[in-house]
Amino acid sequence: MSCMTDTDMPPVEAGEGLTHNVQPLLHEIRHALVKLLDDGGNTVIDLRSMPLAPGEEQKLLEELGHGEVYARLHALGPTEIVETRYPGVWVVVHSNNDDEVIGKFIEVCDMPDLLRSQQEDIRNGLEQLQAQLA
Amino acid sequence: MSKDETLGEALRRQGITRRGFLKFCAATASLMALPPSMVPAIAAALEKARRPSVIWLSFQECTGCTESLTRSHSPTVEGLIFDTISLDYHHTLQAASGTAAEAAREAAMEENYGEYILVVDGSIPTGNPGYSTIAGISNKNMLLDTAKGAAAIISVGTCAAFGGIPHAKPNPTGAVPVSDLIKDKPIINVPGCPPIPVVITGVLAHFLTFGTIPELDELGRPMAFYGKSIHDRCYRRPFYDKGLFAETFDDEGAKKGWCLYKLGCKGPTTYNACATTKWNEGTSFPIEAGHPCLGCSEPDFWDGGGFYKALSMPTEDITRTAVYAVGAGAAAGVALGALNRAKKKRVEKAHEKVTINDLEKKG
Repeated sequence: MSCMTDTDMPPVEAGEGLTHNVQPLLHEIRHALVKLLDDGGNTVIDLRSMPLAPGEEQKLLEELGHGEVYARLHALGPTEIVETRYPGVWVVVHSNNDDEVIGKFIEVCDMPDLLRSQQEDIRNGLEQLQAQLA
Repeated sequence: MSKDETLGEALRRQGITRRGFLKFCAATASLMALPPSMVPAIAAALEKARRPSVIWLSFQECTGCTESLTRSHSPTVEGLIFDTISLDYHHTLQAASGTAAEAAREAAMEENYGEYILVVDGSIPTGNPGYSTIAGISNKNMLLDTAKGAAAIISVGTCAAFGGIPHAKPNPTGAVPVSDLIKDKPIINVPGCPPIPVVITGVLAHFLTFGTIPELDELGRPMAFYGKSIHDRCYRRPFYDKGLFAETFDDEGAKKGWCLYKLGCKGPTTYNACATTKWNEGTSFPIEAGHPCLGCSEPDFWDGGGFYKALSMPTEDITRTAVYAVGAGAAAGVALGALNRAKKKRVEKAHEKVTINDLEKKG
């Protein structure tokens, strides 16, 4: 008697084209871009709150593609911030110190807030520099 | 973290930057199923949050809820939350045992009277007190005693929330949920067998952040996680609407990932966050793995008439059947023999939630 291996498992298809979640999300992003241009309003979409079918998130990210900016910051674990092929549309993926994803967002804005240096951190940095020079 | 230190102060003392804190807040908002626009409010509240005392009591249970919690997949967030709360008593996780453990519980109660959070997993036997005791104290007496000084109670798991499996027929121990015994404290029910780990920590995070209990449904469950049915959030829902069902676990429909309704899926009557939050680092959930939802976050799910028995059998005219719960008039001419028609009409009119028992009744 042999054990069933991963390669023996029957494939489960995602039923592509039946769930239709990618197109509505792209339209939501389009509306968010219009809003950004009109009044500077930012939009954040939490991908964890979406009932996506297997493969749909990947399809959405492929549709958005990669643009000119890729940033990786290290604060409580790595975070990847990628501007998509549509300027103003960013994919932000937070991971913990074990590289497990703890949050995945699409941000429609000029620049995600996390990329900016924070006032409190600037103040702390200044104090450290002053102490070093003293 | 000392009792008087705020979370913001504690994080800065640990060398965590403001940027790291904002990332933590974004993950916490997602954890609490709150919109990302709430991040500034969460940051402001967490900055001032102080360390609450938590007493965790385990009664008639299998420890699955604690297992679920400790396998929570985002240790950065949960770790910070648990560094922030003071888990003063937990049978399974604490090092102390016997008299020393009970002394820790009593000391935490005295020191934080009126302010501590009581977490309960497991149901409480009301038959012979000897059915389940801890340090010679019956579960019922320990609950009544510990609940007196609690600010709020979180019933974790279906056993504590609704009686769960110990409460299933014939219920030999007379098991009841926490809410049957405690009437004068706010109770948050976090059912599931077990609950999704991030739902447990999400509720704790909400209390830690805002110091209030989240908005609850009529069964005492947080709306953020239990406000939508599995069916309505299921990625297989379009298959249901198109009348495409798996008839057996190995037929063509099963392989193509069609709807599992006919195989007994309780998604239409089950309210939980599995379809969006998912399990194992957000990898999957039972329906995605090919198994019908058991309805484990609903009362009496174990006595619901069979895990593999369909709630009702759709007719050939599935486009009409699919809207029976909401489409007044559209369902009137459809032969739904297994449904209680009178109940169904009332539901259509009032948009009530339908229970397993309602649907099992013969028309």
